[in-house]
Amino acid sequence: MTDMAEITAAPAAAQAAARTDVIARRLARRHAAERRFRAIGIGAVVVSVAFLGTLLFNILSNGFGALLQTRILLDVAFDPAVMDIGERRDADSLAAADYGGLVKAAMAARFPEVASRGEKRELNALLSNGAGDALRRMVQDDPRIIGTTRPIWLIASSDLDMAVKGIMPRQAGAEGLRFSERQLAWIGKLEAEGALARQFNTRLFTAGDSREPELAGLLGAIVGSAFSLGITLLICFPIGVATAVYLEEFAPKNRWTDLIEVNINNLAAVPSVVFGLLGLAIFLNTFGLPRSAPLVGGLVLALISLPTIIIAGRAALKAVPPSIRQAAMGLGASKLQTVTDHVLPLAMPGMLTGTILGMAHALGETAPLLMIGMVAFIVDIPAGPLDPAAVLPVQVYLWSDSPERGFVEKTSAAIIVLLVFLSLMNLAAIWLRKKFERRW
Amino acid sequence: MNQYIPKGTAKVSARGLDVFYGDKQALHHIDLDIAAGEVTALIGPSGCGKSTFLRCINRMNDLVEGARVSGTLTLDGNDIHDRRLDVVQLRARVGMVFQKPNPFPKSIYENVAYGPRIHGLARDRAELDEIVMNSLEKAGLLAEVESRLSESGTSLSGGQQQRLCIARAIAVNPEVILMDEPCSALDPIATAKVEELIDELRDNYTIVIVTHSMQQAARVSQRTAFFHLGKLIEVGGTEEIFTNPCEPLTQGYITGRFG
Repeated sequence: MTDMAEITAAPAAAQAAARTDVIARRLARRHAAERRFRAIGIGAVVVSVAFLGTLLFNILSNGFGALLQTRILLDVAFDPAVMDIGERRDADSLAAADYGGLVKAAMAARFPEVASRGEKRELNALLSNGAGDALRRMVQDDPRIIGTTRPIWLIASSDLDMAVKGIMPRQAGAEGLRFSERQLAWIGKLEAEGALARQFNTRLFTAGDSREPELAGLLGAIVGSAFSLGITLLICFPIGVATAVYLEEFAPKNRWTDLIEVNINNLAAVPSVVFGLLGLAIFLNTFGLPRSAPLVGGLVLALISLPTIIIAGRAALKAVPPSIRQAAMGLGASKLQTVTDHVLPLAMPGMLTGTILGMAHALGETAPLLMIGMVAFIVDIPAGPLDPAAVLPVQVYLWSDSPERGFVEKTSAAIIVLLVFLSLMNLAAIWLRKKFERRW
Repeated sequence: MNQYIPKGTAKVSARGLDVFYGDKQALHHIDLDIAAGEVTALIGPSGCGKSTFLRCINRMNDLVEGARVSGTLTLDGNDIHDRRLDVVQLRARVGMVFQKPNPFPKSIYENVAYGPRIHGLARDRAELDEIVMNSLEKAGLLAEVESRLSESGTSLSGGQQQRLCIARAIAVNPEVILMDEPCSALDPIATAKVEELIDELRDNYTIVIVTHSMQQAARVSQRTAFFHLGKLIEVGGTEEIFTNPCEPLTQGYITGRFG
């Protein structure tokens, strides 16, 4: 016994020292590994933030230009003779009056020296084809202005807009110049007299689509998106919540429910264009619903969002502690009472968050809507879910495909509007979660 | 083996009770009577089946996937597993307090009022108020929470939460209260309060308590049943079991040789 003790006692100190040494050496390596891991993590974050920043900067710098629009100040004389209405003041006559004539007359009055037909055409090309629309609205709002002369800012043509914004050249002799020397002189004169200015582009938010970039607006697409998402929400939320509750709380766990679960998870991963084809085959061809309608768009988007909402809903239900269910059951609450009184209120914030994220996803969908004809060129603002309409992402797609230079900044502006709506929806999700989150 | 079964006075009575979880048998042929107006403690090492037995009495085992029960278990002579017996009715008669305090994340008042409300025990608001106040009073909690009934039940301390859960169970006016290690998550002072409460409740309710603490079993119970590996080894008066057990296994467990 004593021998053993001596043998082990003597090297014990040395062993301890050696062990400390080994640990110390490994410690340095461990710290180095930790530092490396942190550096990689920070690097990854920096790279992704940089990509995001570049993307946002690109879109914002391109798109902010579209918030402003070049206009020309002209004294417009509302002459009933030029308007070709005589003494008639009824709504139909006012709607059909010749407002283009008023614009041309005002332009001619501004530049009385212009006489020849060719020169006049060049002069009028500085203004948008739709410059008269604003006059129509003014007259319809208040017919008493007929006979008076008013100074009015009229929308310039897209070429002039691009030149004023510096996107297209305006120096004589520059490559790609779209103006004659005479036009350049007129532009110079207007500018010198303060009759050419960039103003806030209200049309972007109050008009429907147009072939002319300076006239095109997003309202049709925004309303179309709102109708589509409204339909999606009406279908998705009740069905999604009911499905999640049934599968999570009531359904027996057997092969059938396993199969259903696997299929729901798979559906969430199916490319959205496939849902578009399904919508085309079922809603359009079988049920004969109208083409390009937000109703059908909403139905297809509902198919796409349902798996997301069901999965989020089940996760929210799973997160409710079983002790709450046991407490209610132990008091003699029925299964349904347990779910509606305790489990569902606790899971609701998570379900709402999932729903809003699913809706945000649906808001950004393009491909399936192309399949059901929501890619058509539609000028009118839809008045109901059965009217033909575009939606925001499709509008982005349509504009990005247009050859006119003016649509480049419009495309970015449409993306900004889309991103604003997406951010608002995400903020709503965060707000809901914070507001209804409960501790237990 | 079961030296003391009070004939005719049994509130709950098990005869040949087997419980299976899937292929695994959790309880083997249990014969056990629980007397009215007494505290019965179920003791034994972890996994011995004492909680399983407890959960049979209000059929909480129904919620467990793959649980099967055979044999008879009666409450006042009526079969608990009778198909015609609605489990909701059973649980109104047999309340339960869980291991971890689990108040609803609602106000203290709502916590207690929920049971009476779903069973329709109060005709109007005044009656409901009375039930809530009475239950809190009986659970010894009223003085502490009277001024803040609208605060969340989860804002209370652990011991208060557990007493709130007891008040919640009492509010339904059950005949039997099952307690599954009600003090295991509490500190000694809160434990003492709950034990005191159990002692007071004994006059009006039949109480079955599962506990890991043999001291607790000795303090609060009149009868003790010792489970081991899914079998009921011995049942008898608490004093007898702790001072003079018949079975060597019981002797070994209470003296701390295993468990």
